[in-house]
Amino acid sequence: MNARVLDRTLVYGGAILLAVWVLIPLYLVAISAFTPQARLFDYPKPLVPTTFSTETMQFFLEARGVIPSVINSILVALFTIAFGLALGTPAGYALARFRFRGRQAFQVIVLATKMFPIAILSIPLAVTFLQLGLYDNLIAVALVHTAMALPFIILVTGGVFVAVSHELEEAAQTLGCSRWGAFLRVALPLALPGLAAAAIFTFVISWNEVFAATILTLRTRTLPAQVLAGLGTSPLGFKFAGGLFMAMPAVAFIFLIRRYLMNLWGSR
Amino acid sequence: MGFALVAGIGIERATKVFARTTAIKGISLDIKDGEFMVLLGPSGCGKTTLLRCVAGLEHLDDGRITIGDRDVTDLAPRHRGIAMVFQSYAVFPHMTVEDNIGFGLRMHRRPKAEITRRVAEGAELLGLTSLLARYPAQLSGGQRQRVAVARALVMDAPVLLMDEPLSNLDALLRLQARADLKRLHKEVKRTTIYVTHDQVEAMSMGDRIAVMREGSIEQVGAPMEIYDRPASQFVGGFIGSPPMNFLRGSVRAGSFEGDGFAFPISRVPPKVDGRGLLLGVRAEHLRIGDQGVPARISVVEPLGDHALVTALVGKTPIKVQAPIDVRAKPDDDVRLAFDESKARWMDAETGAAL
Ligand SMILES: Nc1ncnc2c1ncn2[C@@H]1O[C@H](COP(=O)(O)OP(=O)(O)OP(=O)(O)O)[C@@H](O)[C@H]1O
Ligand SMILES: [Mg+2]
Repeated sequence: MNARVLDRTLVYGGAILLAVWVLIPLYLVAISAFTPQARLFDYPKPLVPTTFSTETMQFFLEARGVIPSVINSILVALFTIAFGLALGTPAGYALARFRFRGRQAFQVIVLATKMFPIAILSIPLAVTFLQLGLYDNLIAVALVHTAMALPFIILVTGGVFVAVSHELEEAAQTLGCSRWGAFLRVALPLALPGLAAAAIFTFVISWNEVFAATILTLRTRTLPAQVLAGLGTSPLGFKFAGGLFMAMPAVAFIFLIRRYLMNLWGSR
Repeated sequence: MGFALVAGIGIERATKVFARTTAIKGISLDIKDGEFMVLLGPSGCGKTTLLRCVAGLEHLDDGRITIGDRDVTDLAPRHRGIAMVFQSYAVFPHMTVEDNIGFGLRMHRRPKAEITRRVAEGAELLGLTSLLARYPAQLSGGQRQRVAVARALVMDAPVLLMDEPLSNLDALLRLQARADLKRLHKEVKRTTIYVTHDQVEAMSMGDRIAVMREGSIEQVGAPMEIYDRPASQFVGGFIGSPPMNFLRGSVRAGSFEGDGFAFPISRVPPKVDGRGLLLGVRAEHLRIGDQGVPARISVVEPLGDHALVTALVGKTPIKVQAPIDVRAKPDDDVRLAFDESKARWMDAETGAAL
């Protein structure tokens, strides 16, 4: 066995291991969610579902507050992406392009904000939002999620813009663009795949975030907060259905945008 | 595009300082309208920086730049009336060849019909017509270079700036592209600044050459003038292949003496007795024979149409261009004759020609 074959074996082996690691729980949750309530506790569990029923799923979706909370979750995630990219992209661009004083320090501080667990921040945040009249408001949740996602967005977009040659923007400037026009017409389109990746992860961060969402809302719950609120009292099937439902959008989103990530502009 | 069609370039005392280095040190240079000016010099001497200052991509720390009769020192690149070909080509990867070439025209809001026509003309001129629908990733290096040139040319800007546009091409393609660019310049007659560190390229293309060294211009002149009468040891040593030979010594009573050699000399600059001097002679002005300066052959390299012979004069290796059938062998004692009227005298300390 030569080194290349070994390399590939390791890479593929690792990839398969990772995939199995992620897929098995997803799979188990999925088949449980589609198993009728009565068969849920069958043991040993059949690996291939013998009975298929949408009964549990229906029950979950028809439960009070689930559909509105799904809508809330989507809105919060979209707001978070909008806020996060609007604030993070310029910061990432500045990190990539300009050698300004305190650049290193800025980079460290951006990361350092990750040192404070949201559990510690949430009480003062709740108080502040109460004072600002933003309590129990989707925008408030989106703002907190933005703060949580920002360090990540800044560092990722920074990396993305470093990979887009500055000379391309300069060429655009010599061809008639302003500094801003060169950014819009050249750097931004070339950075789009990277920005899309940042958007995906921002979506996932927001979609899955439960702690801040629970503390900062009462009636306008996001999906995780809603599921958590009912966790103690809901039947097991409800939990499986909720789990599957929370995992699906992230998976679907990544599948949708994956093609765009991988093979932008043909043969590159 | 509203720019003056007559556009000489005036650079006055231009200075650019980076954090650790002064990249260009008070350079002044006048480039005539329609002239093809080559900036030539070793890596790191400031060629790209000077070009970027003219383009407006770097801001001068001191001095000023005029294009035509306008002072452009503080203008953004897009207001200067320049078009530029970058060393890396900087072809936009997310646009087809057609969109790349037409980009500048679109930015200047030219009518659609005019853009289509001029892109077609530009593509025709550079032999890109069949490639218009492709993306840069689907092109060879040479084709990408032509896209970059076409993109700059269709702008019809009065000033064309090129930063080593041929440096990424292989030798054969380079020869071809060199001839193409020269022909193009004849046809379009833009004022051109062309950066290169390849002296053959500079000699063959330039109306004039500015030889740069460590942020300053060492000599400006027509190619043959620089070749025949280098203003300094640096220029003589940089231009020509092989570079000019230099013998270090001093003149005493009609004899040039140095480390291990002494020979009579008749044409000497005035008032140099006793001073440290360099005698510069080009390889093709030396002949191996039985008259002249004693030397010992050390290497003979046959190069097809001629042989390059290295001979030691005293301890100094001297390159001689000899006929291919030269009979010299290593360790032969020979004599080197040279035409004193073609030799250059320089000050040994400053390197400046006398
Ligand atoms: N952005 C910059 N920041 C700091 N120093 C720079 C910068 N650009 C250039 N320099 C320095 O200025 C000097 C001149 O650089 P320049 O790129 O003009 O050289 P060049 O003659 O074009 O060389 P080459 O033939 O290698 O392209 C070099 O010492 C370089 O290190
Ligand atoms: Mg350069």
